[in-house]
Amino acid sequence: MPVYSLIIINKAGGLVYQREFQPGLRKLSTNDYLVLAGTFHGVHAITRSITPKIPNQNAVSVTSSTTQTPTPTTTAAAAAAASPSSTSVLSPSSTSIPTPTPTPTPLSTTSTTTPALPPSTSTPSNATYTYPIPNLPLSGLETLESDKFTLTCFQTLTGTKFLLFTDPQMANIEGIMKTVYELYADYVMKNPFYQLEMPVRCEAFERGVGGFLRARG
Amino acid sequence: MSSSTKVSRIGEELWKTKIDKVNAELVTLTYGTIVAQLCQDYDGNYHDVNKQLEKMGYNIGMRLIEDFLAKSNAGRCANFRETADMISKVGFKIFLNVTPTVTNWTSDNNQFSLIFDENPLADFVELPDDGRAQDELWFSNILCGVLRGSLEMVQMQIEAHFVSDVLRGDDTTEMRVSLVRYIEDEMPPEDD
Repeated sequence: MPVYSLIIINKAGGLVYQREFQPGLRKLSTNDYLVLAGTFHGVHAITRSITPKIPNQNAVSVTSSTTQTPTPTTTAAAAAAASPSSTSVLSPSSTSIPTPTPTPTPLSTTSTTTPALPPSTSTPSNATYTYPIPNLPLSGLETLESDKFTLTCFQTLTGTKFLLFTDPQMANIEGIMKTVYELYADYVMKNPFYQLEMPVRCEAFERGVGGFLRARG
Repeated sequence: MSSSTKVSRIGEELWKTKIDKVNAELVTLTYGTIVAQLCQDYDGNYHDVNKQLEKMGYNIGMRLIEDFLAKSNAGRCANFRETADMISKVGFKIFLNVTPTVTNWTSDNNQFSLIFDENPLADFVELPDDGRAQDELWFSNILCGVLRGSLEMVQMQIEAHFVSDVLRGDDTTEMRVSLVRYIEDEMPPEDD
């Protein structure tokens, strides 16, 4: 149950490290690896941004009950009253253009009709939706499985991505990933002559990661 | 409060299990030598020395953060207050075995102070008696740079500087840390 190969992508999407750990794997050209890294970087960003957003039930019900739904029909009227800058209001008060006009809506009636609210709901923003499992931060693609291999992606908080190609039967990839990250932190980041974001050419890292991953094979 | 104690337990645990220890004199003497050499090289221009120390720290921080993340397994902090706790109770704990007190928050939660009760970099140090070092040199200024470099790598632009130092005869050693902005390009923090 071997680890086939490891790819490290920097935060800008550039390939900084690539190595196979099993003999006889078909090699791609260097250029293809660069393209693979860049493409994966892009796909990862997209998968992160397509995380489903679940409409926030509470917020919707509250706004709809007070007829302040963020539908275009009512917001147009509300925005015309509230925000002087966004819409082209051809109001009779054409003399004073950009000043925050005293809103004609009576503020004292209900607290929900605050003038700040309608413009903010028209833009994609706060509290109108939640993510599934809200206490977990957004992540992009994490695993990709085929019959012949599994691709596991681990992105560090600094934006570096580690890609492990492994046998589908392989267990505890998370633990392997963690050790690889520690080796990287030790032998690459702590090497004072390694330039950040540049391709990794560190002999000690080669030895460390080679010894560790081959031992799993 | 409970999350804060949890964080300090993480720091303690890491310190005990994962951290290679090194002789304290080695650290003190090495750092002291660097600062003294810089003072010599810059001909006693302490402003330049401060700047250079900060820059060195910045370069350290950009590398050290990966070690911190790899060892601590820490997730992203939900807010700047959590970040401050993490810096004090895990970061300073595992790298210097001190836990500076986090205090003096501004009301917008974007600025805080770290009060150092002890500072391993400055053991045995007495600033030069030339009438200027006491007013101009921030001996431990490298730490400001470390914070700036490491936080920049996790998408936080901050500014850090010392406001007092017991080496100068002040009562406390205090560093002021301000969040400038979250850097949005790579991985924007949860917009809320």
